[in-house]
Amino acid sequence: MELLLLLVLTTLGYVFGRIAERRHFASIREREAQLMDLLIFNERTPPPGAWRSATLVGGNVVVSVDYFKRLAAGLRALFGGRLTTYESLLERGRREALLRMKAQAQAMGAPMVINVRLETASISKGEGDQIGSIEVYAYGTALCPADGAVTPATA
Amino acid sequence: MLISNIETIPGQTVVRHLGLVQGNTVRAKHLGKDILAGFKNIFGGELKAYTELLGEAREEAVERMVAHATAIGANGVINVRFSTSSVTAGAAELFAYGTAVVLAPDPIAAD
Repeated sequence: MELLLLLVLTTLGYVFGRIAERRHFASIREREAQLMDLLIFNERTPPPGAWRSATLVGGNVVVSVDYFKRLAAGLRALFGGRLTTYESLLERGRREALLRMKAQAQAMGAPMVINVRLETASISKGEGDQIGSIEVYAYGTALCPADGAVTPATA
Repeated sequence: MLISNIETIPGQTVVRHLGLVQGNTVRAKHLGKDILAGFKNIFGGELKAYTELLGEAREEAVERMVAHATAIGANGVINVRFSTSSVTAGAAELFAYGTAVVLAPDPIAAD
């Protein structure tokens, strides 16, 4: 009975997890293309030019691996090496968080975000000793150019 | 209140530094949401309830930091950093800190 449940959960996780992940990556790529003109830097100082405002912007996301991937990673961890299933989880999280931050910057009409920092935290730590879900938070300072000013981003 | 995570605010000059200000909040997950998230853990993907929860909690941490800054007479917080840690299973601490400053508009601004 327990084995059957495990099998069902694994299959469900594999099928739906794969579909969801593929869809998510497609949506990430699409939005990344849309927001390509909005530049992000991890430099601390604003580029020369007249800036009207500097505002803190950020985006966060909590993503979780599916049942199959967790099982696969658990098995992989016995031998060590790359846990590709978690690599894609973290990639999804980071790219999504950056996109949300960019969307917030775009909403206020900023052409660039500087001093971008990424922060990752494991949410489900301590629950059965499994890392199932992570939170990624991306934040930075959105710069709006002063009216009529020519900046590297608008030039 | 001007908040940024860079050391300066364009068009403004730091007149006085007032030291470190901070705000934190510890949030636990809602049981109902937790059960739903448990299901979601099978299929993977974004856990929207948690995303919202942590987003709100972070806003609250920033609000507390700003309240602290206002209380000591600052009109801006620069160099803001965030930190997240899971305290126990099912609860997370969101922490925001930065340097409280008094800012004045640049006399030579809008050049």
